[in-house]
Amino acid sequence: MQILTLVLILLASLFFIGVINQTKSFVSGRKSPNPWQPLKDWWRLARKSSIYSRDTSFIFQIAPTISFASILCAILVIPFDNHKGLLSFEGDFVFFAYILATGKFFLILGALDTGSSFEGMGANREALYSLLVEPALFILLGSLAMVTDHSSFYDIFTAMHFNTSVSFLIGGLSAYVLVQVAMIENSRLPIDDPKTHLELTMVHEVMVLDHSGFDLAMLQYANALKFSMYGMLIFNFLHNIELWLPFKILMYFGVQYVFAVLIGLLESFRARAAMQRNPEVIFVLTAMSILIFFGALILMNKFSI
Amino acid sequence: MDTRISPNASFHTDAVKLTLLQSSGAVPLEAIPVLDYADFYDLLVERLANPECHCLTYYGFPWRNEIRCLACIADDTHHTVEVYAYALPKSDNLRLEAISEKIPAMHIFERELAENFGIDFFGHPWLKPVRLAWNRSDLSQTLRNYPFYAIDSESLHEVGVGPIHAGVIEPGHFRFICNGEEILHLEIQLGYQHRGVEHLFVQHKKLTQRTVLAESIAGDTAVGHTWAFAQVMEALMHLQPDETTELNRTLALELERMAIHTGDMSALFVDVAYQLGSAVLGVLRTPLINFFQQWCGNRFAKGLVRVGYSPYPLQPALAEQLDKMLIAYKARYLQMMEHALSLPSVQARFEKNGEVSLAQMQTIGAVGMAARMAGLARDIRISHPFGNFRQSPIATHLKEGGDVWARAHLRHDEILTSMQYLRDHLPKLQPAVQNIPTSYPALPAEHFALALTEGWRGEICHCAVTDQHGEIAHYKVKDPSMHNWLALALACRNLDISDFPVNNKSFNLSYCGFDL
Repeated sequence: MQILTLVLILLASLFFIGVINQTKSFVSGRKSPNPWQPLKDWWRLARKSSIYSRDTSFIFQIAPTISFASILCAILVIPFDNHKGLLSFEGDFVFFAYILATGKFFLILGALDTGSSFEGMGANREALYSLLVEPALFILLGSLAMVTDHSSFYDIFTAMHFNTSVSFLIGGLSAYVLVQVAMIENSRLPIDDPKTHLELTMVHEVMVLDHSGFDLAMLQYANALKFSMYGMLIFNFLHNIELWLPFKILMYFGVQYVFAVLIGLLESFRARAAMQRNPEVIFVLTAMSILIFFGALILMNKFSI
Repeated sequence: MDTRISPNASFHTDAVKLTLLQSSGAVPLEAIPVLDYADFYDLLVERLANPECHCLTYYGFPWRNEIRCLACIADDTHHTVEVYAYALPKSDNLRLEAISEKIPAMHIFERELAENFGIDFFGHPWLKPVRLAWNRSDLSQTLRNYPFYAIDSESLHEVGVGPIHAGVIEPGHFRFICNGEEILHLEIQLGYQHRGVEHLFVQHKKLTQRTVLAESIAGDTAVGHTWAFAQVMEALMHLQPDETTELNRTLALELERMAIHTGDMSALFVDVAYQLGSAVLGVLRTPLINFFQQWCGNRFAKGLVRVGYSPYPLQPALAEQLDKMLIAYKARYLQMMEHALSLPSVQARFEKNGEVSLAQMQTIGAVGMAARMAGLARDIRISHPFGNFRQSPIATHLKEGGDVWARAHLRHDEILTSMQYLRDHLPKLQPAVQNIPTSYPALPAEHFALALTEGWRGEICHCAVTDQHGEIAHYKVKDPSMHNWLALALACRNLDISDFPVNNKSFNLSYCGFDL
């Protein structure tokens, strides 16, 4: 049953972007596109061959594949409730964070490889925001490892029990930080705007401007995959009851659906932050992770107020 | 039309006859005294030093064996337009002292003269090509060897945007010199859409052809430009359109202003990724634009303005329909805008973004919205009233701050004022019939005519000169964008490069109106 996580994440990734688009259309009073439209787009792109600029090297060509593979690898360490992922070892959350970073590193290299001033700008921004978001993620995961005294995702999640008010606070805050980290990692509002057509304001979108065909399909599908990966993490935070497996699976899809709707709603009723304010937005997440850290210290009676 | 002896003793020549016009008018070309360039220079520098005066247009055209140059100065205090002229021999090495040195706002006109006739204005900061017109004097100047401004530095980088726009609107090239994310300098290069509009006015002799041409100068300002053209023709033909025609044109101009401003507000929200605002205002723009379809058969009000008459006079029944639509619009519009403009995330993006000062706008001679958002009162509807604005004036709005916030708020205020003006005047419409003139009088020989209107972007100025046979010998169009593109470049100084698109949209200047 170790393959279960991978299958569930792959299934959720198929409808995730469609649900976000549907939500955004619904709340702005527009007719929504077919929820399966992203699937059709990926399929259309996947059948096309890629075109490479003469000015690019092999880095540009392997970047999308490495980026996609890194996300698949990261998914392997994530458990589904009490079912282990395909991989599980001590310290696998560090592996999780850095295998994703490796993918991003190659994507950034690929963008720089084109020599375009736009892509250079986008790569610069993406590197900065990834750098800034790292402390938030690590303080969060580190705090959880400290509370549960384990360092693999599977052990952390199975050992986590919500019983005191402080632990509920930690669970809530962690879910919030994870939602926000997912928004940033997937280049959504308020850091980035996936719908913009203006290169000068783009972060992630401008980095993939020169990719085409199968490569582009991979990069676009990778976004959906990343989203459902974070959805799975959030689900793992919220579970705490031993349920019959089909119910649990149903609950999982419910969580993914609500997560997608939530992202659609978060994006609909606000403007994007100014680019120069983005670091401040991300620092707030780090601050919240520090709150989680102190909450964890209180839980363990190592720190009293 | 009226000529008078200048009362101003400080003018150089003893008795310079000033040619004065209202918002539109025609005079025999010989009534405009041809000055020496030295006198012309002194007069212009003196007049333009007055903040109440600004240059509407300054251009040259071949006249007999010489180049005749005309400058039209608007005097906002006396509600007049003064016309000055000088003549140059056709020669290869013309050198004149640049007025731009003292009055920077003249830079664009002198660049245009230099491009078209090869005049070397010494003292001009930079005589680079304006639009690379096909009939420019030096054909070796091309887009390929365009003299871009460059800063030689290891730590700076250049970002070139365009000429193909990401949203495939109109082409223009923007070159940024950046220090990281900060723009140090923005250079805007246009001309990709040069169609030779001014030449086509001369080439096509039929009035309908010319009217359709005027409608196509800038597709989003069809009423503004066509009305200016109609006024030029009417001034030359001594036609006085009846009150219904004037009222119809005025209402169309204000409805156009409302529709475009609403669409622009929607686009501003798109650029800061505020989805709800952009979706709602996009929806609200549609009935405004579509009303023109019912009124005249074209969503962009093409066909609504014709020389001397109103082909589709707005009937009371349709006017009532418009009134109802405006009531419905107002409720939804205010609900959305009150929410949107008080939203912290929107405020954070608009406020202090792309600031320009009143002094800067005064210096570069900004007109229309670009002037009013920085506190510079320039509105032809007030200073040189035309159409129905003569009988019933409209309120104009001034903003301070000169940032995206001021530009958004100015649009907001103008939408509400135009709506009120429309609603006040719709009940005054009487059932009317098409009053098509059977024939038009011939144009008088050797006349100069000028007309001004205030389109939604700002002041539009059209000028025509007829030859000895009464044919149009030269036609000149000036879109407000001619003055205002520099305002965008100034707004972008020391701005974050990611804030450029929202600034560009907040000015929303015309590419084709500039390129002609």
